[in-house]
Amino acid sequence: MSRRQIVVLAVLLAVACALPFLASNYRTFQLTLVIIYSIALLGLNMLTGYNGQISLGHGAFYAIGAYCTAILMDRFGVPYWATLPAAGAVCLLVGFLFGLPALRLEGLYLALATFALGVSLPQLLKYKHLEGWTGGVQGIVINKPEAPFGLPLNSDQWLYFFTLAVALVMFALAWNLLRGRIGRAMVAIRDQHIAAEAMGVHTAMVKSLTFGVSAMYTGVAGALGAIAVQFVAPDSFNIFLSIVFLVGIVIGGLASISGALYGALFIQFVPNVADEISKAAPWAIFGIFLIGFVYLMPMGIAGAVRLAAARLARKARNV
Amino acid sequence: MDALIHQILAGLATGGIYASLALALVMIYQATHLVNFAQGEMAMFATYIAWTLVDAGMPYWAAFFLTVPAAFVLGVAIERIVIRPVENAPVLAVVVVFIALLVILNSVTGWIYTYTIKTFPSPFPKEPLFGNRYMSSHEIGAIGVTLVVLALLYVFFRFTPLGLAMRAAAQNPDSARLVGIRVGWMLALGWGLAAAIGAVAGMMVAPIVYLDPNMMGGVLLYAFAAALVGGIDNPGGAVFGGFLVGVLENVLGAFVIGNELKLAVALVLIVVVLVVKPSGFFGRVHVTRV
Amino acid sequence: MALLEVKDLRASYGETRVLHGIDFGLEPGSITALLGANGAGKTTTLRALCRMVRTEGSIRFDGTPIGRRATEDIVRLGIAHVPDGRGTFVNLTTEENLRLGAYVRKDRAEVEGDLERVYGYFPRLRERRAQQAGTLSGGEQQMLAVSRALMLRPRLMLLDEPSFGLAPLVVRELFEILRAVNQAERVSMLVVEQNAAMALDLADTAYLIETGRIVLSGTAREIRGDDAVRRSYLGY
Repeated sequence: MSRRQIVVLAVLLAVACALPFLASNYRTFQLTLVIIYSIALLGLNMLTGYNGQISLGHGAFYAIGAYCTAILMDRFGVPYWATLPAAGAVCLLVGFLFGLPALRLEGLYLALATFALGVSLPQLLKYKHLEGWTGGVQGIVINKPEAPFGLPLNSDQWLYFFTLAVALVMFALAWNLLRGRIGRAMVAIRDQHIAAEAMGVHTAMVKSLTFGVSAMYTGVAGALGAIAVQFVAPDSFNIFLSIVFLVGIVIGGLASISGALYGALFIQFVPNVADEISKAAPWAIFGIFLIGFVYLMPMGIAGAVRLAAARLARKARNV
Repeated sequence: MDALIHQILAGLATGGIYASLALALVMIYQATHLVNFAQGEMAMFATYIAWTLVDAGMPYWAAFFLTVPAAFVLGVAIERIVIRPVENAPVLAVVVVFIALLVILNSVTGWIYTYTIKTFPSPFPKEPLFGNRYMSSHEIGAIGVTLVVLALLYVFFRFTPLGLAMRAAAQNPDSARLVGIRVGWMLALGWGLAAAIGAVAGMMVAPIVYLDPNMMGGVLLYAFAAALVGGIDNPGGAVFGGFLVGVLENVLGAFVIGNELKLAVALVLIVVVLVVKPSGFFGRVHVTRV
Repeated sequence: MALLEVKDLRASYGETRVLHGIDFGLEPGSITALLGANGAGKTTTLRALCRMVRTEGSIRFDGTPIGRRATEDIVRLGIAHVPDGRGTFVNLTTEENLRLGAYVRKDRAEVEGDLERVYGYFPRLRERRAQQAGTLSGGEQQMLAVSRALMLRPRLMLLDEPSFGLAPLVVRELFEILRAVNQAERVSMLVVEQNAAMALDLADTAYLIETGRIVLSGTAREIRGDDAVRRSYLGY
């Protein structure tokens, strides 16, 4: 990484650490959600932005992660932090298994199949034979974790830092993965599927693995989400959750790590503002922004930022 | 046995609705190779227009025959304004635009009409025809309306010059231009027809599932399954698929997996068809030359 | 006045310029051949006339400039294009293909008459009228493509490699019918051909195009007699 990038990151990190002490508990909670969403969006972006596989059902992995955590905490008394690797592992496996039939599906058809998954998910979660585990329509309620070792943080602040730490690890891993050979293979498959195959890229393996890793990220986000919200119920995981994720990566910027953060900020705060106008307004705004971005800013906010930074750099050099 | 017959017949009734929507999907797919994710919401929106007219005091059939052309115009407008700019864009962009359309239609409807469930009238009598105990009059009526729509479409496409031109434009746009067909407008017409068909489907299904902005979600899923089962580029297949899916949904729902998991039937069908036989029963197999 | 007048026609596929400013003309009632090797720009010329590629320069049809018009409008002026690959609507029947040729015409009764006339030229098409066009043989599809163009009652027919993939006997039969149509109905024709010998037999005038430029023009007899042409294109 360039020195400038490291400086920017350090500043951001410092600001991020300071925020929970400056903001109210509710704001801290919202910021925690932003971090959680950014992990979920990073997952989806890996699959759709970098690897070109369109998923309109990623809410399902978020749900699986969330339910894993809830069931482990509520039924088995597993401590919250231990549920994360479990949720991640489960989603990695499920995602990989999903990725196998998905290999046969191109663009539109994969979108269709994942859309079907997203629409039917709440029904699946409400299935009465699983009620013993899932709590049926009522869902499951779990407790909020307290700061450990007697640290002078309230539970909102603790959760924020915990989430931040997890996010840092996951973003670092992703950054490393995407920069390396596998990341390049993913992009090659997205851009020129047949040529990549011909050049010796194991497209099937890479695509399925990408599905798995992407599901894992979103699943871990779901687990964190369950802990933060303290509650899981089937109707929170309907098709609109998957669509929200899609909105996030399109607006934030496809094939971009920083895009995950921009997107998360957008999907967390826009509804808060729009809700003032009407209950339906947030979605109308999402829809209009989606179309607007596709027509006018297909690289998303991340792309625009990159362009602006490049222009500034050029000006600085010319001075 | 009685129960089985009832489920099959009810399945045919809803199947007709799925067949109509599937047909709309196939029409757009044939012309553009795109799946219209917003088809359900367009139908729902049109149904709300009909509701507004009926609520204002208009008799049912007057509202019906005003709504259908209104939906047609809406479809044409959407194609010309929203879809045309992304006609040749990469798949992801197109899918995003369709989803955006879905979301906008859904939220605008919720905004104008709120999310409270409304009842939608049926033009058919409440008492079952001839006192039969298998199907309500509405179910019989819905099948009838579906068949009339399908017949009209068949006649239109097979026997009129415009229908022939639309078929030609969908199959081979370049050659179509060479005989003077305005391909762009044929596309818009296709969307208009699809929207009109969707409106009819919406008005037939609303009395059964009650009118609310999210009512078409499940129906759309069944229509996708139907279109895939029949062959995504085969209109006859879509109709066959629709009836098949309707019957399967009802029979499996009543006797095998329980009513709560009925949507899962659609999901499983979609995934199985896509993975095992993507061209469905009657579709054409596409071979990509490397 | 020339039926077709082309001046400084340039055409590009994307950023690649393929035609570098060609000039030619076509007299009404004549058959003109456009000869050249593979990739010389012959097909591009026809597509440029129909505005299926990006063009610059002047194209006048019967005095009217058509360089800015859309393909669908050019058809309505009476120009029928038989594309390379034939452009058959393979999933429609033979007769549906033919009727589409007359799509822009308003005189319904005359169209029926023309259908009969076309079946007269090509009886094999009448036998196969209800068959799916994709099941026709190569020769039959070429006849279908030419017939579809005739159904427009065009004033100018553009034919792109009509002999491609056809047995010589079939080509001769086809060209005889083209000559008959040209004389009986005064349909002007611009024929693009790699098969120079047969094209020069059919045509009145000819142009030779090489890498996007016209290098030779004259009557068919003159071109046939030209030494360079004989050696490069006629093989003797």
